[in-house]
This record gives sequence, structure tokens and C-alpha cells, in this order.
Amino acid sequence: MKLNNIVFRRLLQLVSVALGVAVINFFLLRLAPGDAAQVLAGEAGAATPEYMAALRAQFGLDQPLLVQFGKYLLNLAHFNLGFSFRHGMPVAQLIGERVPATLLLMGASILFAVLAGATLGAIAAYRVGKIADVVISTLALLFFATPLFWIGLMLVVVFSVWLDWLPVGGMFTIEAGYTGWAHIVDVARHLVLPAVTLGLFYMAVYTRLMRATMVEVRRQDFVRTAVAKGARPPRVLFAHVLRNALLPLVTMLGVQVSSIIGGAVLVETVFSWPGLGRLAFEALFQRDFNLLLGILLCSSIVVIVVNWVVDFVYTRLDPRIRFA
Amino acid sequence: MSELVSTLALSKAPASLIAAPTARGWFGRLLRSPSALVGGVLLLVVLAMALSSPWLFPGDPLDMVAEPFLHPGVDAAHLLGSDMLGRDLLSGIFHGARVSLLIAVVSTLLALLLGVSGGLLAGYYGGLADAVLMRVTEFFQTIPSFLFALAIVAVVQPTLLTIALAIGVTAWPSLARLVRAEVLKLRHSEMVQASAALGATDLRIMLRDILPNTLTPILVSTSLMVATAILTESSLAFLGLGDPNAVSWGNMVGSGREVIRTDWYITTIPGIAIVVTVLALNLLGDGLADVLDPRDRK
Repeated sequence: MKLNNIVFRRLLQLVSVALGVAVINFFLLRLAPGDAAQVLAGEAGAATPEYMAALRAQFGLDQPLLVQFGKYLLNLAHFNLGFSFRHGMPVAQLIGERVPATLLLMGASILFAVLAGATLGAIAAYRVGKIADVVISTLALLFFATPLFWIGLMLVVVFSVWLDWLPVGGMFTIEAGYTGWAHIVDVARHLVLPAVTLGLFYMAVYTRLMRATMVEVRRQDFVRTAVAKGARPPRVLFAHVLRNALLPLVTMLGVQVSSIIGGAVLVETVFSWPGLGRLAFEALFQRDFNLLLGILLCSSIVVIVVNWVVDFVYTRLDPRIRFA
Repeated sequence: MSELVSTLALSKAPASLIAAPTARGWFGRLLRSPSALVGGVLLLVVLAMALSSPWLFPGDPLDMVAEPFLHPGVDAAHLLGSDMLGRDLLSGIFHGARVSLLIAVVSTLLALLLGVSGGLLAGYYGGLADAVLMRVTEFFQTIPSFLFALAIVAVVQPTLLTIALAIGVTAWPSLARLVRAEVLKLRHSEMVQASAALGATDLRIMLRDILPNTLTPILVSTSLMVATAILTESSLAFLGLGDPNAVSWGNMVGSGREVIRTDWYITTIPGIAIVVTVLALNLLGDGLADVLDPRDRK
């Protein structure tokens, strides 16, 4: 397929999802008590009467619903997500400032989940029915059933309160004012617990998936052929089994990106990680619905973009798949 | 290839195992499946807790009944101790089971209704209905459903009903896709053609011929959906989006968080209740999948 065509289809997908979220946001705002201007301005008292009047005019609240919706879309098309009085800055700017922290957290969690999940799954698959398999499968089952926020709190109790190895929360030690390498190490130390917390659930999923696929792949003819022609076990594992077993895992990862963002809301709340999720929690607490819905829109866009990356990884792993 | 292997394995299996599963047959196998058995028993325990809570703990679980920060095992009248407001933790766990299961069941029923009917219609009629459903489910898979549920509950105010509705509305699309895929497999089968030739209406074919044959995957994913609903409900409650008039495990974890440095048991105990319940449902789902899927039968 031609490159232009791919880019066009991707952009079409992006626009249609953004449009869908806009529709949902628009009607959700109308479900809230009070008129949309009050909701948009945040809780009563936060905005001046002049601003309220300006909002009503801007969104055309005296006009038919369809016109209102049109104006809402027009605002979105100009990347105008509104203004957050609570934070005293435009919603788009607020969100933009928080996205990198969330991406860092998600990236670290996914990396941890994939590496640990693939390793544990592979060990279990090579030891089916043995003690290692039983232990790993039981652990995966447990982590699969554990709520993220609770496991985060338990890790804090053990590693921050009892052992005092890792910081309780935040992204860096503000008062220390580290720069350069010291700063990177500091952030990494703060990242460990949140990333592991968010990653454990997905690690459990990938362990189960990896174990199932590897048991399956190891029975295939091409693996028997590889063994029969004298390939050494590590080569069979890495070149033949692992590469094929990773495909369903990557597919699963793509499906789960949106759920990982949902989990990030909880983890960031537990660890005061200054990302989108923490912002969503603050918006929730301050009843700043416009900010909350703006986050819903932006995180949907993050999901699409991350999925593009996943698709790209997929084509690297499996040359039979082309961009579609 | 793998299907071929399992078909070969199946044809060599003793006839008794291939015979159509009778009600007693699959129930008997369910009892022999360790994960289904453990999961089922655990779930019965949680169910018994939920049902017995009004008799065993007649008072409001949100009332202050003991001195605050009573550690577990110190006072026989409050076995699991009390939280920082002097609320009995054991009473909270029992009543919380009621709330969690109620919300999970209502939201799953809603998701079943939407997902099964959507999947049946899209798979059976194809064309426009199918295209629309696929776009809608793709959309729901893209937007973070937890954040969506959170936005719904935040805007319309949390009550037991709105929480259940928000979870149900965000959970149905994946089930619809599953049902659609199953319907597509059966849509042109001889069984369906025979019914059509006998003059059966579309509705009758969908409900009497196709639906019963898709029950296995629906049943398995239902138990997983209930588990996910419990996790979502507790997560919402943890963030403060629970029904303010009902006790919830997630809310108990959230409120214990403030004193986690000194009195971690207030946070730990309700979390264990969540883990046990979700684990029970997952085990039951695994067991059902093993028992009901003839290809995996040993």
C-alpha cells in the first residue's frame, strides 16, 4: 500500500475517534446539573459573571442543540479545549504539560510487563507441570486478580515505610534540586514503584498468554525441524519459538493500551505522579468537568498514537504483515 | 495445524468423552476441575457473606461502633478491628460484598443484554448493521474505558445505579465482538439453513439455533466480566466515586490510605476481600473454559 494512503487512513481514524469523543463529551456535559456554562467554568464562584456570559455566547447556549454542537466542534478544531479556572491556564496547555510524565510511566510499565511476562511465561512453558510452572502460574493468577491501587499501596508499605528503600511518591525530590545524571537517577528511583505497580497486572496477562502460545508453538513442525537439523537450544528458543510466540503478545499490547491509561489514573493517584491521571483525579475532585473531558479526549489520542507504534513493532517482528 | 492436532486427539479419545455433554456430565466435570471447584467455593463464600450481612451485622456499617484504630484480633466483638472513625471492618467487608456483587451483576446483565443483542444482529444481518457495530466497538476499544466510566459517574453523580450503568455501558463492546465472531461461524451452517428452509423467522433462528451454540464463550466471558466489574467498581470507589450511602471495599482502601504508615491493616483487609472475590471469578472462568471447550479436554 502506498505511504500516502496509509497516512490518510491513520489520520481519518484519528479524526473519527476525536469526533466520537467530542460527541460523548458534548452530551455528557448536558447531563450534568446546571447549564453547560456553569459546568465549563468549574464550580460556582470560580468564574466571573462576565466570563459566564462570554461562555454562553461562545457556546451559543441560547441556540438550537445542533448549532451548539457545531460551535463546540469549531472550538475543538482550533484546539480550544476551554480554560481551567482552578488551575488558571488553558486546558490544552495543562494537559500538554502532563503528557510526558504519563508517557514515561506507561513506557516503563509496558517494558517491565513485556520483559517480565515473556520471561516468566517462557520459563513456565519450558517447565509445564513442574514446580516452576505451578509457582509462576499461581503468581500470574494472583496478580491478575489484584486491584492496581491496592498493590501500589502495599508496595509503599513494604518498600517505602518498612524498608525505606524507595520514595513514597512524586516524580523527583523537589528540595534537592538535582541536575544532570543525579536528576535522572532521582526520577528513576521515583519511577520504580509506580511502574511496577502498573506493570504487574499486565505482566500477569502476558505471562499467561506467553505460556499458552509457547506451549503451542513448541509443538509446531518448524520447531521440530529446527531441532532435528541440529540447531542449538538457545537458537531454537530465540530465532524460532520466541519470535513467533511474541506476536500474540504484541497484539494484546495494542488492545490494552487504552486500559493501561485507565490504570495510570489509579497509579498516578496513589503515587502522586504528575501525569494525566493525577490531573484527571484533581479535575474530578474539583468538579472541573471540562478538564476531565479534555483528558478523556487527549488520552484517546495517545492510545491511537501508541497503537501506531505497536503496529510498527509488529511489522518488524513479522515480515509477513504490512502496514494496512 | 493446532486444530488438526486437537481434532486427531479428539478422534482417539474414548467415545464417552466425545458424547454430547449432558447437564450432569458437564457439571460432574466442573466438580473435577480444580480451578472451577476452588473458584466456585470461594464465590459461594462471598455470596453467603453478601446475603447474610443484614442478619449478622444488622447495624449501618458506616456507623461508629467501636473505638478508632482497634487492631485486628484485639477485641472479640470486632474481630478485624476498626478504622480511624471507629467503623467495624468485618461489618464493612460483609456489607461491601453485597454492594460489590450487586453493582457487578447489574452492570454485567446490562453488558450482556447490549453485547449479545448487538453481536447477534451484526453477525446475522451483516451489511450496515455490522459496519456500524464494528465502528462503535473499535471506538470503545480506543477510548480508555475506565476514564470514560469515571467521567460518566463524575458528571451524573455516583449512586449504585449510575455506577452499574457506567460500567455496563463501557463493558459491552468486547462481548459484542465475541458474539459476532461466533455468529459468523454458524451463520451459514447447515443447521441454520435447515431452519430457514423450514420457514423459521430470523428471530427464531437467532434465539433458538444460534444463541444456544454461542453460550460457552458467553458464559466464560461473563465470569470475567463480573470480575472486571468488581475491579472497576472498587477502583471508582477508591477515587471517591462510590455511592456515599453504601460501604464499598474500594472506598475502605481509599480511606485507610491516609493512615497507611501506622495502621496499614485498614487498607490491607478490604483489599484482600477484593482479591479473593476477583480470583474466585477468574478461577471459575478458567474452569468453565476448560470444561466446556471439548478441544481442551484431556
